Amino acid sequence: MIDLTPEEWTAILLSIRVATVATLVATPIAIGVAWLLARVEFPGKAAIDAIVYLPLVLPPVVTGYLLLLTFGRRGLVGAWLADNLGIVFSFRWTGAALACGVMAFPLLVRPIRLSIEAVDRRLEQAASTLGASPWRVFTTITLPLALPGVVAGMVLAFAKAIGEFGATITFVSNIPGETQTISAAIYSLIQTPNGDTAALRLVVISIMIAVAALIASEILARRATQRLHGA
Amino acid sequence: MLRMDVVKRLGAFSIEASIISQDRVTGLFGMSGAGKTSLISMIAGLLKPDRGMISIDADTLDDTAAGIHVPSHRRRIGYVFQDARLFPQMSVRQNLDYGRRMNRLEPSTDDQTRVADLLDIGYLLDRRPGNLSGGERQRIALGRALLAKPRLLLLDEPLGSLDDERKAEILPYLIRLRDETGVPMVYVSHDADELRQLAGHIVLIKRGRITASGGTELLPN
Repeated sequence: MIDLTPEEWTAILLSIRVATVATLVATPIAIGVAWLLARVEFPGKAAIDAIVYLPLVLPPVVTGYLLLLTFGRRGLVGAWLADNLGIVFSFRWTGAALACGVMAFPLLVRPIRLSIEAVDRRLEQAASTLGASPWRVFTTITLPLALPGVVAGMVLAFAKAIGEFGATITFVSNIPGETQTISAAIYSLIQTPNGDTAALRLVVISIMIAVAALIASEILARRATQRLHGA
Repeated sequence: MLRMDVVKRLGAFSIEASIISQDRVTGLFGMSGAGKTSLISMIAGLLKPDRGMISIDADTLDDTAAGIHVPSHRRRIGYVFQDARLFPQMSVRQNLDYGRRMNRLEPSTDDQTRVADLLDIGYLLDRRPGNLSGGERQRIALGRALLAKPRLLLLDEPLGSLDDERKAEILPYLIRLRDETGVPMVYVSHDADELRQLAGHIVLIKRGRITASGGTELLPN
């Protein structure tokens, strides 16, 4: 087994916490956006569609800098949140989670949207004639049938969030114990003389986490599909 | 009593129809593409008329002049589709119970048992719809619609996707349903024999227009 220093453990646990919170908070929002894009026609839909996918194509540094401008202490939204709700993102682990959530968002929306589009609308009509309001049609028919896509999206998002580097380090810097995730720790170690061995240990750990996430997604997706088509 | 007087454009096709029916079973007869499904989709609230009104007894469901359009989930109108449209992620029991849950009705094992007996679906309750026969699925779809306690039941070619043998299997259940439940029905078909056995009042529809209405003698031989 690999022997890890307390600092390394801190970085690993922080990465897992940041990625978990980012995925869990982003998922309900992504489901809502995916449903809008899949099922509703409205003016400006093309623009929303483009904005959702923007983090995928923008340089991560740009996304991180935009987050800093918006959600930083003096940012328009950041100042308001800090003054009114006491929520601070800059140089905190919550900021790392926000950056990871934003970067992972397109990967979350895409499979959910595709699976919602694949849900047979005739089933939704049938539910409606049986007395289900649009909201209950969504929660009892659309969402359960789209579940494999939701699971796939969550795993992709988690994997992306755990490896996110550029936007996170730009937005919340690289503070051990607060914002230093595995990726940032590896980066710091590579910059340090004789840091190679320690960096390599973290590299192995991040590969293990990624493989575990892929296996978990495979198992979960298979279960969800079985539940839908089971006898 | 069902009254409707509607106008609806669907691309190049248009429907202009006026129907009054107080019979237990109204048969809507016409070739495919005549507008039968669009017409009952309007009764169900799945399609909104461009102009006109639809009412059941004293209850107005659509009145475009007054800006009234009751959404389908508040109409309490059952709809049995040609393809059964059972929910694949639920067991047969959960499918049957769906309408009761959505309408927040009290659970009643009596109702469940009565409908399961009427349609002989008791032995299917714990199965999933995925691997049932077409006839079984259609019987469950009938039961599911009935258990939502509708005030009107729309049946859109419920035998349309079944072969002759299966049709002969389901038809007796439909006759039982008509005689034992007392729920008024609108039955859509392009099969004159089917309608002769089920309906008392016949409405003929051709290219979106009502061409005649009256007794079963209107049906072609």
